[in-house]
Amino acid sequence: MIRRLRRITPFQVILVVVFTGLAAFMSLPIVFILNHAFKPTNELFLFPPRFFVQNPTGSNFEQLFLHATNATVPFSRYVFNSVVVVTLTLISVIVVSTMAAYVLAKYQFHFKQLILSLITLSLMFAPETVGIPRYLIISGIHLNNTYLGHILPALASPIAVFMLVGFISQIPGELMEAARIDGASHFGIFTKIVLPLAVPAIATISIFTFQGVWGDIETSTLFMQDETMRTLAFYVNSLLSGLQNSVAGQNVAAAAGLLMFIPNLIIFLLFQRKVLETMIHSGIK
Amino acid sequence: MNTELSPSLVKVARMTSVRLKWNRFWTEIRRDSFCYLFLAPFLICFTVFIVVPVIMAATLGFTSYDGFGSLRFIGFDNYIALFTQDIIFLTKALPNTFLFALIVGPGGYILAFLFAWLIHQLPLRVRDYYTLAFYAPSMAGGVALSVVWIAAFSGDRVGYLNNFLLHMGWIDNAIVWLQKPEYLLKVMIVVSLWISFSVGFLAMLAGLQTVNRELYEAGRIDGISNRLQEVFYITLPSMKPQLLFSAVMTIVTTLKAGSISTQLTGLPITPQYAGHLVINHIDDYAFIRFELGYASAISVVLLLVSYFAMRFAYRLFGSKEEL
Repeated sequence: MIRRLRRITPFQVILVVVFTGLAAFMSLPIVFILNHAFKPTNELFLFPPRFFVQNPTGSNFEQLFLHATNATVPFSRYVFNSVVVVTLTLISVIVVSTMAAYVLAKYQFHFKQLILSLITLSLMFAPETVGIPRYLIISGIHLNNTYLGHILPALASPIAVFMLVGFISQIPGELMEAARIDGASHFGIFTKIVLPLAVPAIATISIFTFQGVWGDIETSTLFMQDETMRTLAFYVNSLLSGLQNSVAGQNVAAAAGLLMFIPNLIIFLLFQRKVLETMIHSGIK
Repeated sequence: MNTELSPSLVKVARMTSVRLKWNRFWTEIRRDSFCYLFLAPFLICFTVFIVVPVIMAATLGFTSYDGFGSLRFIGFDNYIALFTQDIIFLTKALPNTFLFALIVGPGGYILAFLFAWLIHQLPLRVRDYYTLAFYAPSMAGGVALSVVWIAAFSGDRVGYLNNFLLHMGWIDNAIVWLQKPEYLLKVMIVVSLWISFSVGFLAMLAGLQTVNRELYEAGRIDGISNRLQEVFYITLPSMKPQLLFSAVMTIVTTLKAGSISTQLTGLPITPQYAGHLVINHIDDYAFIRFELGYASAISVVLLLVSYFAMRFAYRLFGSKEEL
């Protein structure tokens, strides 16, 4: 304990103090949503506005859930859809992108440069304009109103592959040579060496893939015509449209926002630790 | 006999050389077959959901198309119109986007690196909390944040910013932050910087972990005296892939930004086009006016702009041989 204390330098002390202030400032929006979601209606109209909630109430959430029970599709269906889609997408994106990135980073073969440049190029295209061609393709191969229609478009994740290629190319080639001499197959090298060493990068892509899929409303809007196949993000978003200018709806909106935020937070906390811890002990490089 | 046969012999030889190359190509493909096997799932999805739609969209740029059938090929007319007649594009969307991208892009990038580096200097046990605090705004997503920003920049006295400024006595009347053209773009820039600690920030944090500790010790022996030198001579060169990734993501996200103005004002088109970015222009033509051909042409132009920005980033980080 004493040793640990001694290692903290004055520089770190100043840093912690300044940073705590900055961090508090940066996290104001989150604190705000947290408070706003529990505010009863009368506190919304207070002047001067109060940042913190005085008498927290759960009625906003109640309103959010009840709104759905009146509708034809129960609230739980949206949650179920979201959970299924996110889980399947996350697992498949990790597997598919790491496999692709491993090969692209470590082997020489025909078309490699072409594929790499296509990936970087595709990062730049604004997704707005490919909406219609994508819809045509999805309906052409009959993926409307199926879970695959949610999952497959997300599998093509050039960002994930791009990032993993950068990471995996840093893993020393000698490690793989050694494994090959010891008789490991390509698949063995992939599972025994590349996967464990790429965990920080995989954690990072998991975080933003989860975030992207969890908050995505495009697939629900364009590819799903059946209300029972749409996700929570779509439902929340449809509740919120038109609330922007009214104070009265703000607390429900904040409750919905909080609802969408919490899973992101959980995933982030789960994976971020991996990002920060693994590389330190792995002895890479 | 020999002289008679020689022309056909040459032909045979040429034939075999082509076939030889072809054969070698095939053996190489077969040798690398596991590479293609590993790539296949990604490549199939990538082709079907990205490459083909992009090609389709790019072709649309040469047509006049309203989304309901009559596809008419009109050559470069869309592009000519874009650069000669579209006043809003030339006087609002383009300058706004460049201003926005020039501040938010490099600004957000430098901030992200600075804070990632500073977080890295902190004791291990508290790093997570600070990472979370900085990353949370970009994690909260559009739904959550539109609630926050609207409350913060609300035009009446109830808005937090107005309330604060009035309370301090710095302004006399409440300012309509989000509807006044002279403030909107600035508010957008501030908000974007606030939420700019996203993927690139995480990548940099992860990259900082990969820097070999022994390099720092070696550097100290070689005469590096302060932390600034450490950063320039050891940290930055050691995390090139992450820096490049982050730069690319910054360029892409800033040039593709557009929903922010809609979230802030609640309108697809901002008052007097004050916060009009290229993406808003695309949305305007694609989803309000249904001129999909023209919208595609604009997005092709945007693609070219980001391509050259990207080339610049690659040159800056000089890692051509790595990727």
